[in-house]
Amino acid sequence: MKRYGATQALAGASIQLYAGELVGLLGPNGAGKTTMINAIAGRVRLDAGAVRLFGRTLARGDKRPELGVVPQELAIYPLLTARENLAAFGRLYGVTGADLKARVDWALEWSDLKDRAREITKRFSGGMKRRLNIACGLVHKPSVVLLDEPTVGVDPQSRERIYEMLAALRGAGVSIVLTTHHLEEAERRCERIVIIDHGAIVASGALNDLVSSTLGAARTLTLTLGQPLPVDAVVPAGAVIDESRRLLTSQVHDVGADVGRFLAAVNGAHGEVVDVAIAGSTLQDVFIALTGRELRE
Amino acid sequence: MFGTLLRVAWTNFRRDRVALSLTFVLPVIFFSIFAGVFGNQRGSATRRIPVAVVDQDASEYSKALVAALEAEGALRVRTTRESEGRGGPLDRAGAEALVRDGDFPVAVVLPKGLGETRKFWGDTGTAAPRVQLLADVSDPIAPQVVQGLLQKVSFTAAPETMATAGLAMFEKYSGPLTSEQRASVDQWVSSMRRNRAAGSSGSNAAPAFGLPIDLVNVMQPGSGDTATISFYAAGIGVMFLLFSCAGAGGTLLEEEESGTLGRLISSRAGMSGVLAGKWLFIAMMGMLQLAVMFTWGALVFGLPLLPHIPGFLVMSAFTAAAAAAFGLVLATLSRTRAQLSGLSTIVILTMSALGGSMFPRFLMSETMQKFGLVTFNAWALDGYLKVFWRDSPLLDLWPQVLVLIGLTVAFLAAARMFARRWETV
Repeated sequence: MKRYGATQALAGASIQLYAGELVGLLGPNGAGKTTMINAIAGRVRLDAGAVRLFGRTLARGDKRPELGVVPQELAIYPLLTARENLAAFGRLYGVTGADLKARVDWALEWSDLKDRAREITKRFSGGMKRRLNIACGLVHKPSVVLLDEPTVGVDPQSRERIYEMLAALRGAGVSIVLTTHHLEEAERRCERIVIIDHGAIVASGALNDLVSSTLGAARTLTLTLGQPLPVDAVVPAGAVIDESRRLLTSQVHDVGADVGRFLAAVNGAHGEVVDVAIAGSTLQDVFIALTGRELRE
Repeated sequence: MFGTLLRVAWTNFRRDRVALSLTFVLPVIFFSIFAGVFGNQRGSATRRIPVAVVDQDASEYSKALVAALEAEGALRVRTTRESEGRGGPLDRAGAEALVRDGDFPVAVVLPKGLGETRKFWGDTGTAAPRVQLLADVSDPIAPQVVQGLLQKVSFTAAPETMATAGLAMFEKYSGPLTSEQRASVDQWVSSMRRNRAAGSSGSNAAPAFGLPIDLVNVMQPGSGDTATISFYAAGIGVMFLLFSCAGAGGTLLEEEESGTLGRLISSRAGMSGVLAGKWLFIAMMGMLQLAVMFTWGALVFGLPLLPHIPGFLVMSAFTAAAAAAFGLVLATLSRTRAQLSGLSTIVILTMSALGGSMFPRFLMSETMQKFGLVTFNAWALDGYLKVFWRDSPLLDLWPQVLVLIGLTVAFLAAARMFARRWETV
C-alpha cells in the first residue's frame, strides 16, 4: 500500500514472479506501474506490505544485488564510453577484476555494441542508448530484472533487438518484469500479463485466460462491402457499421451458425460482401474493457 | 567504490571543456584583472596622489617648495598645463579647472610674495600671502595628505630660509646679533644651503628641522606590494572556489534527472557513498583550482608562494573541503539547475562581500568585521592572510582550521539530510 497525499498509488497490489518468466505489467498512465517497480527496487517507502525476494523479506534500505533495475530514463553517462559506463556500474554493484571484464565484454556483445565500445555515448542513437541502458542494469548478473518501458522512443529494428536480448536472458533463467504501453508487444512476447489500475491488480494471467474471463469466447466478425450500404437499409441486429457504411462488425459466439446468419442478413439488405474476417479478442480489447476508454493523467 | 565514483567524476569533468574553462581559466582571468589593477604598484604612478602646483611666486623659496613636493614619493606633481611638462606653466584658473574636472583631487597655489615674506610663526597679519589648496572635498584623503606634506616640506625644502626667518624674529624681540654671532649664523645657514643643494632630498632625507623618523616595514621586509597580490589571490580564489563547488554539486541534479542517481543509490554506494564520493572529488578539484591560481600568481605577479607552501596547502585543503560540502548543501536544497544557479549566485556573492573576498575586512567597520565572521569566506581569508601577510607559523592557523572543519561536518550533515528525498519516496 502506498499513498501520496490524496492519491492512493498502490491499493493492495500484489504480484508474484517465477523463475525464467517474462511478465508484462500494463496499466493506464498513473495506474501505479512505476510505483510498483520502484517499490520492488526499494525506492518507495511502503505504507503497508512487503517485498520478498527468494524467500527473504526486504526492509527499506536493504541492498538487492539479485535485482537489476532498468529505468525508463536513459541512465547512462553521456561523456563516458559504453565500456566505461558498463565498467563503472559493474564495479558499483560489486563486480571486480577478471569477472568484471568478462561481464562487460558479455554485455557489449549481448547489446550489439561491441564495435562502438570505445565511443562516448553522447554520439549514440536512441536505440543504442536504450540497449546500453538495459545492459548497464544487467552487468552484475541479476536473477530478477525490472524494466520500465524499455522500448520507448526506439525504432522497430531496435525494439526487435531488445526483445531478442530479453529472450536470451530468459533462456538463462532470468525473471523479467517489464512495463509497456505497446500492447501488441506485450501480447506477443509476455508469458503472463498483469493489468494494474488505480493501484490495484485488475487482471493477471496468460492472454487466453484474460480474454475468456473478460470478454468470453466471442469472436469479432468483420464484413467489407463493395458498395456503401444504403442509408435506409436495415443493419443486422448487434452489428456496428462505420461512417463509410462499408465495414460491418459484430461479435459472434458460434462461428458456424452466426456467420451464415449474418451474411444472409447483409445480403437481404442488398449489401455486396467482398471480404469476411474473423478475429479473436486482442489484449487491447481486454485492456479497454477492464480500464475503460476515458483519458487518464 | 570511492575509486569508481572518483574515476567517473574525473572522466566526466575532463571531457567537459566548458567545466574545465569555468574551473581553471575564468578564476585566473579575474584574478589577473584584480592583481593588475590593485597589486604590484611599487613605482607605479597610479597609486600616488596627483597634485597640480601653481608657482605664482617663482622665488628661490617657492621653487625649493615645488622641488621638494616633486621629490615626495606619495605625490605625482604637475606644474604645466598639460602632462609631461608640455603646455607652459600652470596658472590658478587652469589648476582650478583640473580639480573641477576631476583630473586632480587637489591643487596647490603658491602666491606671489611667499618667498619674500617667509613668515612661519608669529603674527603673520592679513596682508601676508597665504598658500591655497584647491580641493575636491569628496576625496577625504588627498587634500589632508597634501596639506600635511606641504607643511613638512615647508620645514625641509629650504631650512636655511626657515632659520633666517627665525633669527629675524629673534632679533626683533631680543635685539640685533653681535658681529661674531652674525658670522656664525651666516656660516650655519650657508652650510644648510650647501647640504640641501648637495642632493640630500626626497622624503627619506634627514631633515634639518623636525623629528628624525625611519619608516620600517615589519610585515613583509623586501617583498613590497606582493602581499596585496596575496590578498586578491585568496579573495578571488575563495569566491570562485565556492562557485565551482556549487556548480560541481549541481551534477547531482543532472544525475537525478538522467536517472543515473537512482542507479548509484541502488548500488553498494548508497546515498551516503554517493555524497561522500562527490564531496571528495569536488574538494580535490577545489584544491587544484586554488593551486593553479596561486601558481599563476607566483609566476606572473610575484606572489610569494614558495616560502609559504605548507601554510598554503593547509589552508587550501580545509577551505576546499568546506567549500565542497557547502556546494553539496546548495545542490541538495535545490530542485532544479536553475534554482541552484539563482540560489548559489545570491548566497555566494553576499558571503563574498561580507567575508572580504571583494574588499579587505580590515578596512571595514568593527561591526561589519564581526558580522562577516558568520561567513565562510572570512575564516578562509583570515587564514590566508595569516600565511601570506603575517608569516604566521602553521600552529597559529588552528582557529581558522577548526572553524572550517566544523563547517565541513555541519554542511555534510545538512546535505545528507536534504538528500534523503532522493533515496525513497
